[in-house]
Amino acid sequence: MSRAIRFAPIILLLLVIVALVWRLATPADTDVHSTLRGKPTPAFALPAILPNKPPLTSADLATGQPRLLNIFASWCVPCVGEVKVLQQLKNRGVIIDGIAVRDRPDDLMDFLARNGDPYERIGSDRQSQVQIDLGSSGVPESFVIDGHGVIRYQHIGAIEPEDVSLILSKLEQAK
Amino acid sequence: MIAETGLAALWLAAGLAALQFLFMFVELRGSVALARPMRSIAVAQGLLTMIAFAMLLIVFARSDMSVKLVFENSSAVKPFVYKVAGAWGNHEGSMLMWVTILAAAGAFVALFSRRTSERTLVAALGAQAALALGFYAFLLIASNPFARLWPAPMDGQGLNPLLQDPGLAFHPPTLYLGYVGLSVAFSLAVGALLTGEVDSRLARAMRPWVLGAWILLTLGITAGSYWAYYELGWGGYWFWDPVENASLMPWLAATALLHSINVLAARGALKAWTMMLAVIAFSMSMVGTFLVRSGILTSVHAFAIDPQRGTFLLALLAIYVGAAFLLFAWRGATLKEGAPFELVSRESGLVVNNLLLSVVLGVVFVGTLYPLFVEAVSGEKLSVGAPYFNAVAGPLALVLAALVGIGPLLAWRRKGRPIVKQLQVPALLGIVALVITIIISPAMHILPRLGFMVGTYLLAASILPLLRRNPLRAPLATWGMVVAHFGIAVALLGMAANAAFTSERLAVARPGEILTVGPWQVQLQEVTPTAGKNWTAVEAELHASRGSGVVTLKPQSRYFTDPPTETSESAIRTFWNGQLYTVVGKPDPSGGWQLRLWWKPFVTLIWAGGALIALGGALAMLGRLWPILRRRESAADWRRQRYA
Repeated sequence: MSRAIRFAPIILLLLVIVALVWRLATPADTDVHSTLRGKPTPAFALPAILPNKPPLTSADLATGQPRLLNIFASWCVPCVGEVKVLQQLKNRGVIIDGIAVRDRPDDLMDFLARNGDPYERIGSDRQSQVQIDLGSSGVPESFVIDGHGVIRYQHIGAIEPEDVSLILSKLEQAK
Repeated sequence: MIAETGLAALWLAAGLAALQFLFMFVELRGSVALARPMRSIAVAQGLLTMIAFAMLLIVFARSDMSVKLVFENSSAVKPFVYKVAGAWGNHEGSMLMWVTILAAAGAFVALFSRRTSERTLVAALGAQAALALGFYAFLLIASNPFARLWPAPMDGQGLNPLLQDPGLAFHPPTLYLGYVGLSVAFSLAVGALLTGEVDSRLARAMRPWVLGAWILLTLGITAGSYWAYYELGWGGYWFWDPVENASLMPWLAATALLHSINVLAARGALKAWTMMLAVIAFSMSMVGTFLVRSGILTSVHAFAIDPQRGTFLLALLAIYVGAAFLLFAWRGATLKEGAPFELVSRESGLVVNNLLLSVVLGVVFVGTLYPLFVEAVSGEKLSVGAPYFNAVAGPLALVLAALVGIGPLLAWRRKGRPIVKQLQVPALLGIVALVITIIISPAMHILPRLGFMVGTYLLAASILPLLRRNPLRAPLATWGMVVAHFGIAVALLGMAANAAFTSERLAVARPGEILTVGPWQVQLQEVTPTAGKNWTAVEAELHASRGSGVVTLKPQSRYFTDPPTETSESAIRTFWNGQLYTVVGKPDPSGGWQLRLWWKPFVTLIWAGGALIALGGALAMLGRLWPILRRRESAADWRRQRYA
């Protein structure tokens, strides 16, 4: 038997071990990221859900100023905590737009009255169609969008108080 | 006290394993190796681990909540059987079970192995001790099953309800016995590579262990497949899930080994290859254990992810498999190949069998680990699913099944009888089956169609070796081979029928409504609440009929309280020509219930085939052991007469 054949198994084993060590060292990221990062948002026009709130279209997101697009719902429990953090962001000058997913006006009115209302505009996404087009797989999720309507950053899950500086720096970079 | 006794026994066993390992070096350095002290140490070590495992069973049976493991995995209201089975339904307990079986196997080899030379036995027992030592260290350092809790809580956190099933009581132990049986083949191979005595005697010593392990793996995989089929409620029997693949890979290697070992035993050929397979078969068991226990691959088998344990297991894997491969690289060159054989002969048939099985093994291995490699190299995330495995492994399996019909007809060394003539009838039957599928179902996919053809051909071809002579006079081993090969044909037909003819219906139904699935009319009668010892459920009553007679099925959707989990208990009714499979889901706001119905023609053949394959193995085992037992008996008679 040639030397190459005799040593082939041990070399293969080494390769496999290296891959397994790598995986143990860097645990798998199980989040599903949007493939639209670095690309403009898909075109959409969502109707208003509340009488006192303007509706949201994709054109509203490309006004020259970076914005935060928050995908949320009144029926979503983590969103309750997140709204308070969004309020802090708003107080620091961040423009926040919302997409309410599968929501009802009465419930949403109640939600905003109870928890605060940081939103500039809110579009109603009855069938989650826009949410899916954006590549978002759940609520809450947020996108940092630059002045040209291009998605710069996707935040999966609620924005926690410790994420505030991260979001602010992403918005700064998007200028 | 009980838990402490278990822990003490485990420490003692670990000490003995270390001693056994060191003894190997002392003995092999001497000119004459004496196996007697090694045998005693191995037996004592086996007994001590069995004591440790018995202590774990006792604390689980008594629901001693002061033991952390019991608290985390049991609850006082569980049925007794599941309390005991809970001992191995968790990480620490299952690792203790693994090492117990490993040490017990070592003790068994020490007590009964007479076939190899003393030197090889000493080396093999040393290797077995080295294996056990690593797992003792793992248990004692990283996952102590006997850790206490203070103060002791009142009740435990319960066992995953999916595992509260008779399947759990037998599925892991069966697979573990299989895995660990392969450890003996590994140790014998390592021992023989160390002493250079790779010969037919070694093959005969190794064969019962490989055969036994293979039978248990076959049963374990078949049972696991049926468990997933009825318990998960998805209606599939194989999902190419990483953990399923982890059990399939050692089976494929063991199947190849089982065939090549016969060449080594009968002809003294394929030495290096057989040793390599023996090492690979157990390595695949360790890879499987690592993949399952480290949780690094996403799988339906959700085990807790723990990087420390993963690292420990990976280190063991690297040391053992690396050492064996290095030994192979170092000693492989000294192995002299045995007698040559012709191109068309039993030997070359078995070589082709081995090559095909190895390729299938490679396909499954690559498919299971490919996402990992791609992400490591390019950062891209992807998953490899059933389409890949079916498309690549399916045709290979069909080619293999076609050759299964030919191999046993070949003679050792050279072509003997004209085999083409013998295969005329089976080939004709296969073609008839193909024509029938074209007539009754022109749109059928190509793989099931070929499955019907090859399966029908193999049904007939597999029994040919018995027809050559008086079937009743044929050796048991031949019967075993024929039954196992026949089982392959049966399973193949089951898979083809399931793939080609399954009808599925997913609908929302209100009480009184009638749904059609395949030939069946299924009426939802009512949905009622019901309760068990630690669960509540809604139960649907379904009346199914096809023409005459009505059968009642009662699928449930169960809610377990601790831990809070929902499971669907499918209701399955088996008929001679298939299974009616029903699942009830969530209520619909409109007042209906989600129902999922399948009609699966001849699906049971898949598991019947698996059982036949294992039965064939058992017959072959009996055929090998029977003469030995008879000889012992007659030797004892002879001695009795002499001293009478």
